Amino acid sequence: MLEIIDISKSFGSIEALSRISFSVAKGEIIAILGPSGCGKSTLLSITAGLIGPDTGMIRWNGVSLTNVPPHLRNFGLMFQDNALFPHRNVFGNVAFGLKQLQMKPEAIDKQVSAILNIVGMRDLADRDVLSLSGGEQQRVALARTIAPNPRLLMLDEPLGSLDRNLREQLLHELRQILTDLEQTVIYVTHDQDEAFAIADRVVIMNTGKLIQIGRPRDIYAHPASTFVARFLGLTNILETSVVSVDTNNRVKISENSLIPISQPPPKHMKHPRILIRPRGAQLSEHGTLSGILTNVSFRGALVDLKIIVSNGLQLRFEVPTPSIIPKIGTKINLTLPEDASIWIEDDSL
Amino acid sequence: MIKVSNKTSKIFRPEYALLWTIPLAFLTLFYFYPLATILGKSLVGINNFSQLLDLVRQPYVAKTLWFTIWQATLSTILTLAIGLPGAYLLAHYNFWGKNILRAITAIPFVLPTVVVAASFTSTLGPNGWINRALMNWLNLETAPIILNHTLWAILIAHVFYNTTIILRLVGDYWTLMDPKLIQAARCLGATRLKAFLGITLPLLTPAIVSAALLVFIFDFTSFGVILILGGPIFSTLEVAIYRQTINFFDLEMAALLSVIQLMCTLGLTVLYARFTRKTHRPLKTNRLPSISRQQLNWKTRISVGILIAILIIVLVVPLITLAFSSVFKFEPDRGERENASTGFTLKYYRELFINRRHSIFFVTPIETIIFSLRNATITMISALAIGLPTTWILARKTRLAQMLEPILMLPLGTSAVTLGLGFLLVFSRSPFNMRTSSLLIPLAHTLVAFPFVVRSLLPSWTIINPQLRKAAAMLGANPIQVWREIDLPIIGRAILVAGAFAFTISIGEFGATILLSRPEFTTVPMAIYRYLSLPGALNYGQAMALSTLLMIFCGTSIFCIEAIRPNAISEF
Repeated sequence: MLEIIDISKSFGSIEALSRISFSVAKGEIIAILGPSGCGKSTLLSITAGLIGPDTGMIRWNGVSLTNVPPHLRNFGLMFQDNALFPHRNVFGNVAFGLKQLQMKPEAIDKQVSAILNIVGMRDLADRDVLSLSGGEQQRVALARTIAPNPRLLMLDEPLGSLDRNLREQLLHELRQILTDLEQTVIYVTHDQDEAFAIADRVVIMNTGKLIQIGRPRDIYAHPASTFVARFLGLTNILETSVVSVDTNNRVKISENSLIPISQPPPKHMKHPRILIRPRGAQLSEHGTLSGILTNVSFRGALVDLKIIVSNGLQLRFEVPTPSIIPKIGTKINLTLPEDASIWIEDDSL
Repeated sequence: MIKVSNKTSKIFRPEYALLWTIPLAFLTLFYFYPLATILGKSLVGINNFSQLLDLVRQPYVAKTLWFTIWQATLSTILTLAIGLPGAYLLAHYNFWGKNILRAITAIPFVLPTVVVAASFTSTLGPNGWINRALMNWLNLETAPIILNHTLWAILIAHVFYNTTIILRLVGDYWTLMDPKLIQAARCLGATRLKAFLGITLPLLTPAIVSAALLVFIFDFTSFGVILILGGPIFSTLEVAIYRQTINFFDLEMAALLSVIQLMCTLGLTVLYARFTRKTHRPLKTNRLPSISRQQLNWKTRISVGILIAILIIVLVVPLITLAFSSVFKFEPDRGERENASTGFTLKYYRELFINRRHSIFFVTPIETIIFSLRNATITMISALAIGLPTTWILARKTRLAQMLEPILMLPLGTSAVTLGLGFLLVFSRSPFNMRTSSLLIPLAHTLVAFPFVVRSLLPSWTIINPQLRKAAAMLGANPIQVWREIDLPIIGRAILVAGAFAFTISIGEFGATILLSRPEFTTVPMAIYRYLSLPGALNYGQAMALSTLLMIFCGTSIFCIEAIRPNAISEF
């Protein structure tokens, strides 16, 4: 088990990491999700031992790694942009870590072909790495990182530079490979779809701080703050000055649009806001929420609807694609589930 | 890159043929004809190959060739020993004053060879600051460190001269290397040493080899340093050519040595070009890395400090001691009483205008300065006059241009002393007797500067896309307007750079000048050379004063060239 305990790190006056603590269980895939510059890569470098933290420590199975140099940690780190060795071919790159283990050449040959087979690059062992496509380079980098059988695998934006289609395809392959290998993984990304698709648990970071940690569906259901909500694309965030909550625990969005809210604002929230989740809404003539449709985007089984309610608020909902999609400019009514709205802390202030 | 088809250039145009005649006529008369004369001289009475081999096997020739290679090899190794850690320092660490250090360390490389000899003398010579300090400190009567006329003097001067090449070529390349490659190796279980040997070193090798080859070429063809600091004992091919010509009048031997020299430098230049191409292999798959912002621990701080100190001692201190020596008097002049003054003085600069009766010269130092400036101006004008049409037709990339380009670049592989010898052989007799003409020196300088002028001008001509001219013409510009609005602004900077190069090269040129100069035609480097070889505090001080002036001039000029150069890539 990996434990990251109270890690802080500053570069000059910039605080890159501030008291980060969490742990990763054996075989667990953890995704660290956050915008660029939030300190994700620095945290990986500290875990790998490439740079030292200002405070805190990294422990593996209860043993501190503070004085263990990177080459003795047996942690694999796959770099953003892959960092393939340009003067070695595919085989030479994948074999590099095995050579450091003083393995016999025959054993290395065998292991490299086995790994290249896993990543689907068996026939390209003799290729110059600079002649490979982006997706192929990514596979070689993955093969190189997992070849020495690291006890922890860290992936830094592994799909970052690839185009959308290739990313989705490789993401599923990657998930398959990682679960097959029963690897303990930290996966760093700025893309929430990637994080949610691959991870058992997600760590959300912003400006060097850990904002929320939890299972993807829990985070989606209960984002810890407006930052998390906006990062996940949940943009229906309402100021309490714009809307009012009546005594029956119902949010009054406009004259005849009432939405139930689960509870009164929790006491610990300094700046409570109301979040209306876009998912679960249904088009219905008797819906309690009505507005003018301003935008429709078709996403297969779902459509994204943007509406303006009577007091000028703009809201977005995802509804199951109806047989007849309403026209822009018409008035529509929506039914929302009972738990559609929750209280949320505004941390942007 | 988009290939612009340029059909019009394929059509034969008589005016282009006329343009060709300018560089070809100049090179034929002033380069190929002298070179052919040297070849003819060296092959007098040679009928077959074995006779030629016997000529090369003569003990004198073999000994000279061997020493040339030996000292160049040693110098290159020492230069690498200082330059590689320096390159690492500049590529990996940010420290206060880094840009200043980088700029100042470029100066030794552009100094005229006599100034290098003078700054060595001012630092480590018998009257140099180090010996003075040791004599004062230990109460010695004579200088404790005698390096003049030893191999060490040559090696140290070469290291001072050429370390910049390693710093720039290897350092710049090293900066481009992605630090993630090393981090990746470390995470894959490699120790620091293994990561260096397995990743850093193989990636740097092409840059190191090509930089080392360049240093070797400069050390191989070194002339002034060996002539002045090596004394009569040491002779490289260059020095031997000079001595055979001037001291022994053995023109056949001089010609033979020149041919050997030419073969060697051409071979080395081809090798260098091949390795330089290899450094164009990308060091990374994408993206520029930045120098790490890591805070340094005290161990690293100390090593960085030591590396900076070494660079300053080797490359900056000699420049400072030279300047100090020109304004500092150590001992009373001849004829002065014992209470005569020592210490700070501007005397040596005032003396530049005075012709002392005991001076063996016919001219005062200030007159040599005027003569040098005149030469440089003529060189600049003639080099541009030949360089501009040459590069214009080369840039058109016709088949004829591709065939003739290597021929036009040949003077680059020819040493200055060889050029001087060729001039001496051809222009001191009819039909081209110019021995007494003061134009001979600037003409030789033009040949020395010509390849540099071509290399400065050519890229600008090639970047002027013919589409630009057509676009301007379509917008209603007449040919003169096209030239003024499109060609001139782009080529203008290149002309400035090329002119500054030609001027600076001429001011500092020594190898060809020493063979061609006459007492009434003395340039500044010649005057420094003579002052350095004469005894007495006044001569020493004047050598320092003139050298300091040259150092300031060349330093300023290279800063200006770097500043106005279209794209500031360090290239040699």
